[in-house]
Amino acid sequence: MYRARVFASKHARGYEAVYKASSPLILSSLKIIDKLTKGKLDKPITWLEKQIKGVLFDCQMCGNCVLSSTGMTCPMNCPKTLRNGPCGGVRENGNCEVKPEMRCVWVDAWSGSKKMKNNLEIQEIQFAVNNEHLGTSAWIRLSKENNQNN
Amino acid sequence: MSISEKNNQDYRFHPGELLPELEGHISRGRFERVLRHGDFVVTAELAPPDSSDKALVFKEAALFDNVVDAINATDGSGANCHMSSVVVCALLSYIGYSPIMQISCRDKNRIAIQGDILGAGALGICNVLTLTGDDVSSGDHPEAKRVFDLDSISLLTLINKIRDEGTFLSGRPIDNPPQMFAGTTINPFVPPIQSKALQLEKKINAGADFIQTQYCFDMPMLKEFMSEAVDRGLTERAFILPGVGPLASARTARWMKNNVPGVHIPDSIIKRLEGAEDQKKEGQKICVELMQQVKEIEGASGVHVMAYKQEKYVAEMVKESGVLGNRKPWAPSDEQ
Repeated sequence: MYRARVFASKHARGYEAVYKASSPLILSSLKIIDKLTKGKLDKPITWLEKQIKGVLFDCQMCGNCVLSSTGMTCPMNCPKTLRNGPCGGVRENGNCEVKPEMRCVWVDAWSGSKKMKNNLEIQEIQFAVNNEHLGTSAWIRLSKENNQNN
Repeated sequence: MSISEKNNQDYRFHPGELLPELEGHISRGRFERVLRHGDFVVTAELAPPDSSDKALVFKEAALFDNVVDAINATDGSGANCHMSSVVVCALLSYIGYSPIMQISCRDKNRIAIQGDILGAGALGICNVLTLTGDDVSSGDHPEAKRVFDLDSISLLTLINKIRDEGTFLSGRPIDNPPQMFAGTTINPFVPPIQSKALQLEKKINAGADFIQTQYCFDMPMLKEFMSEAVDRGLTERAFILPGVGPLASARTARWMKNNVPGVHIPDSIIKRLEGAEDQKKEGQKICVELMQQVKEIEGASGVHVMAYKQEKYVAEMVKESGVLGNRKPWAPSDEQ
């Protein structure tokens, strides 16, 4: 869903607000669910996360979600899967080196981040993806990390 | 003497001798020395050969004698196969040159790269340049698997971790961690232009000690970028070397503009080439003028010359530009 991603970047400010408001809610509900079901619902939750974030952000389920640091644009749609883009190959019209018909994910990310309230989050260095988390739910992982912190 | 001891003596490897440690310096290489001394530095790109003959490497490097301070060895540039950058740098360091080992994130994962960095340290290589790398689709093996396990910023973070913490990414300790002078690239001439200074800052925050830029043919754009960098105090934190190069003809320029990812060439340059009697000479003249203009820019620590297939004209161009002043960079013949 390329259009979903472009839309998210264009409306990064609104998406950011919803994301920031809903994240604690989602994570704390998951914390409770996890306590009650002891991980039995992990599969359906992962499926649900994939559906929701897929529609909204063209999410690729890397399991290392950093949307708020990338102008609400999923960086895993970059053919080079850069976490700190763009690369030097962006075309003059702002399109991708590898897929000339697609706008560069990171051009969208930087323009999205400019619209956001917290527009400096994109400046934070994101270390490369932890490949052990590919295909898993970032929500469940974060809710568990929250658990550990509390 | 045992046989193994004898073998060790016969095949002993002599990497180019490292300079003594100096306070405030990261590496023990000449490139960092010259930069920190405040001289205007010239670096040039060496295209590793499609051959296993090391003589070709030495022959090409000799073209830069006494005009270039450090030599970049490209790593599968344009996603084409060539001799590996680690080995080219090892050969260069062997006779005392100051090589800059380019590492592209396209072909190797974090395990292979960390191994290469340690190996480079063992061979007396003091400088690395991290790059994302052109996509496999632009090279002669488009069917290859793209790796991109790291990106250039993650790789800078990694090099700094090895250097400062003395461990692998996993946290496992490294004995005698290599003290690499680390750099990366930036392309000030492609979107998103408005965020270029921020992107540069991010790279410097990740640990870039020096920056070599993509080809500059658009001086006003470069000046804009550099003045933003100066305003943000970035030129105090990293050495910036804008990239230049000679265009062989108007046709080449047009081809590069359309086919080489990220190369921006203004129409005025192409028109100037078209109008020239000898286009190749004119391309070199433009390059000389660009070098001279780069030297005048506040915050530019040097210039990086990428003269693909025109390496033999680099010395002539650098001399004509006068950017080195009276300074004569090191060459192996100085030692004799």
